[in-house]
Amino acid sequence: MTKKLPLIETISLQGLEIAPSQVWGGVRIVPLLRQQPRNDLRIFKRDYDSNVTVVSTNDQTNYLSYVPHGLVLNWSDDNSPVVAMGGQLLTDGKQFACGPIKVQLLHRMAKREDKNTLRLLPLHLAMEGFLSMFFKGPTIAWKEYSKQALSSGLSPRVEWSIGGGAINHLENALRVFEIHQNQVGVLLFVSEILASAFIVPTPEDYRALHTSLLEDFYGETFYYYGLYGKAEHLQVTIDEDSIHTFTDLNKALRKMRSDWSTFQGFMANDLLNRSIHSERVYTAGPFSLQRFITDLSLTKNSNYIGEAIVDQSNHLQYLKIYGLSNAQTKRVYLLQQLAANNWDLEYTAREQGDTLEELVRRLVNAGFRYLLNNQLLEKYKIKL
Amino acid sequence: MTKSYASRTLEVVREDLVMFINACLSCTGQREFYDDYNGQKVSLDFLHDYILGNYRLLYCRTLATGINHFNKIQIILKLLATGQKTIPEYRREENSLITATLHSLPPHRAWSLMLQIRKQHINNSRARAIVKYYITSRSSKRLEFEAVKYRSKLQAIATHNHLKLEKELNSFLFRHWEKSFQTELFEQFRQGHYSAKAIYKLPFTIAEGLAEKHNIPRQVFLTQIEKQMTVHEKLRMQNSAEKAGVAIEIEANHLSLTKLALYILSLCLDTRQKRRDELHQAMQESADSVLKRSALQFGRVAAVLDRSYSSSGSSEKRRRPLGIALAIHYLLRAAAKEYQAFWTVPISEPLLVTPYGQSNLATPLLSALAWQPELVLIVSDGWENDPPAATSELLRVYRRKIDTKGQTSIIHCNPVFNADDFNLKQLSSLIPTVGLREAEDLPIVVAFARFADGSATLPELENYLAICTNQMLKDNILSLQKS
Repeated sequence: MTKKLPLIETISLQGLEIAPSQVWGGVRIVPLLRQQPRNDLRIFKRDYDSNVTVVSTNDQTNYLSYVPHGLVLNWSDDNSPVVAMGGQLLTDGKQFACGPIKVQLLHRMAKREDKNTLRLLPLHLAMEGFLSMFFKGPTIAWKEYSKQALSSGLSPRVEWSIGGGAINHLENALRVFEIHQNQVGVLLFVSEILASAFIVPTPEDYRALHTSLLEDFYGETFYYYGLYGKAEHLQVTIDEDSIHTFTDLNKALRKMRSDWSTFQGFMANDLLNRSIHSERVYTAGPFSLQRFITDLSLTKNSNYIGEAIVDQSNHLQYLKIYGLSNAQTKRVYLLQQLAANNWDLEYTAREQGDTLEELVRRLVNAGFRYLLNNQLLEKYKIKL
Repeated sequence: MTKSYASRTLEVVREDLVMFINACLSCTGQREFYDDYNGQKVSLDFLHDYILGNYRLLYCRTLATGINHFNKIQIILKLLATGQKTIPEYRREENSLITATLHSLPPHRAWSLMLQIRKQHINNSRARAIVKYYITSRSSKRLEFEAVKYRSKLQAIATHNHLKLEKELNSFLFRHWEKSFQTELFEQFRQGHYSAKAIYKLPFTIAEGLAEKHNIPRQVFLTQIEKQMTVHEKLRMQNSAEKAGVAIEIEANHLSLTKLALYILSLCLDTRQKRRDELHQAMQESADSVLKRSALQFGRVAAVLDRSYSSSGSSEKRRRPLGIALAIHYLLRAAAKEYQAFWTVPISEPLLVTPYGQSNLATPLLSALAWQPELVLIVSDGWENDPPAATSELLRVYRRKIDTKGQTSIIHCNPVFNADDFNLKQLSSLIPTVGLREAEDLPIVVAFARFADGSATLPELENYLAICTNQMLKDNILSLQKS
């Protein structure tokens, strides 16, 4: 039995190289290269053609969403190369028709299918963790809460997001993107804000999964960034005073590349070098699948949830992130503060430097009106 | 102040013209990798109208510069549609340029051009006279052949232009068929409707339809019709023939180099590997025959060839940019004393090239320059991304610090028209960017390159156009005398 790997504390692109970006409309795609990909872990895509997928997670909870595809992990325990078996071999769950709607039933977000085979639902794994982590509901029956909040918490825990197709230019940006030779991943910026990061173990896997970025879901803010924002065409210059020979020119070109790499690493600072809270999902031989959320900050451009696979040397073998929209961040922030103070409204308000009325208004604006009882709402003359 | 204003005006005219000729060399109004069909079409159409409205004489003379067929046709149509605005003293020249161009077009394009005249409702005495002259100047044998091959077109053109055709041709076209025709080909066409044996002396495309009517098995049909096929038809039918189990031989030395390159790129890698020697030889023969027709000679040449993913072109122009790069590779190999190719992603066997990877032009360009050639030819769509705009920066420093005397000339050939700014995407303002649609046009493009980087003035460009025009008209008279 191999020892379980430690939890990830920060996302770092160790072992990966950042190459210059390609821009289309407001979308900037930054390729990530891996010079020595390992071949004992492969990821394949499995398509689901259902309109709705119901995933039964543990303790009688169901997760309901549109899931266009899942990922199938194959790994070996002894560093031997994994044979590419593809992702479509096994039948997965049950499918039935409910009127015109095809419903897919699946068991668990990450499910072991065979020895050294795991199926996971990308991003939904992170989203489910996110919903179960924060949307728990009051633990003490304070009098300010409504009956519904006390009896069933925030259930159903609902968040919504948009598909990649809704982001302006994303489809074309992915179509015209020229995949590099050793490319295993991308950082995807919409209007210069990091919208997604996607990393897989090998270049072959990436080529097969490149278009799946369009099927992923994104925070609703990125829809507006796509509509109104734009990406600059950047240019690095050479200091001509130091150039005398071809060797100097070659050096200058190498420096150009490293400048690009550093700058784009800096652009992704919202994700990189940020402290994260992670949770182990599955240990697959020498690899560890974890899901995480960055610390919530209302001042940063965006906050992220995601899932990652790391190997023993702490190199990312798989990564997929979801940028929370601003409204989502606000909601989660409020819930997090309430939970930290045992759901005591007055105490939380004081902690925040707010009055109770202000906190109530913030809760209502964030969409949590149903948590509060009518007397409280009437007291502050909030329309019922 | 006034002088600088006047010189600026001349500069604008020169830029406009270079932009237009470049567009006419590369664009065909079809979909490209980065642009859709609509953008290309609208953009090019605007450019035509703009140049026609402002510089009619120069617009007309562009016909003589070796631009592509699509744009020649557009120019002729637009000139014919706006005949009233012709400058009186140049009317003769315009007429003879149109006539000469029409005669130099391949027959299928010429016939479809004349059909376009009808579709666009252009009906004036000049247009009618030009069409009539085209038809009457064709030898009777050729006209008979084309009457069979382009029957519906000729019929429509005759109707539109009120042409009085020869009696039998007339009754053939308008289906007043007698018991039998005197003309052999017409008679065969008539018989082809009733007898399966009679179709093998007809043009391939006509016979193909009749073969379907007689339910002739594909294999039998293709074996027997082979001698009637044109070189391009043979090339087009390769896959279809292979499926039917027939081998149709391609005569490489008659094929255009770019078409052959595109055909090779359409084959899968295994086939290319298997037929490597044969295809290699075919490309060489084709390149040699291009050289025979044009005096193209180079000393020490390096080519930077873009094989990035965007060279896969579009569904309308499949792998065209890559095909041009491959064709240029073979052409330069044959034309230069010393030659070396630098692909964006290195490849050992050029025939096995595929559109792959990012556009890293800077690295191969540096290697090419370090090889110290006399001429560097860059074939790329100009969308550079690894790193973006690096060539422009490298070339700036190279010209300032290393090659200060400009001993190495660098030309960027761009097969893709960028609809957004009506121009070809440039790599650097220091090197000329010229459009290229067929590798065979390389001599024209090299001659035109000196106007593209702004080193030549407007009078020089006008002079160049005038010389081209005179040459074309002279050639036309000679060829007419011959025929």
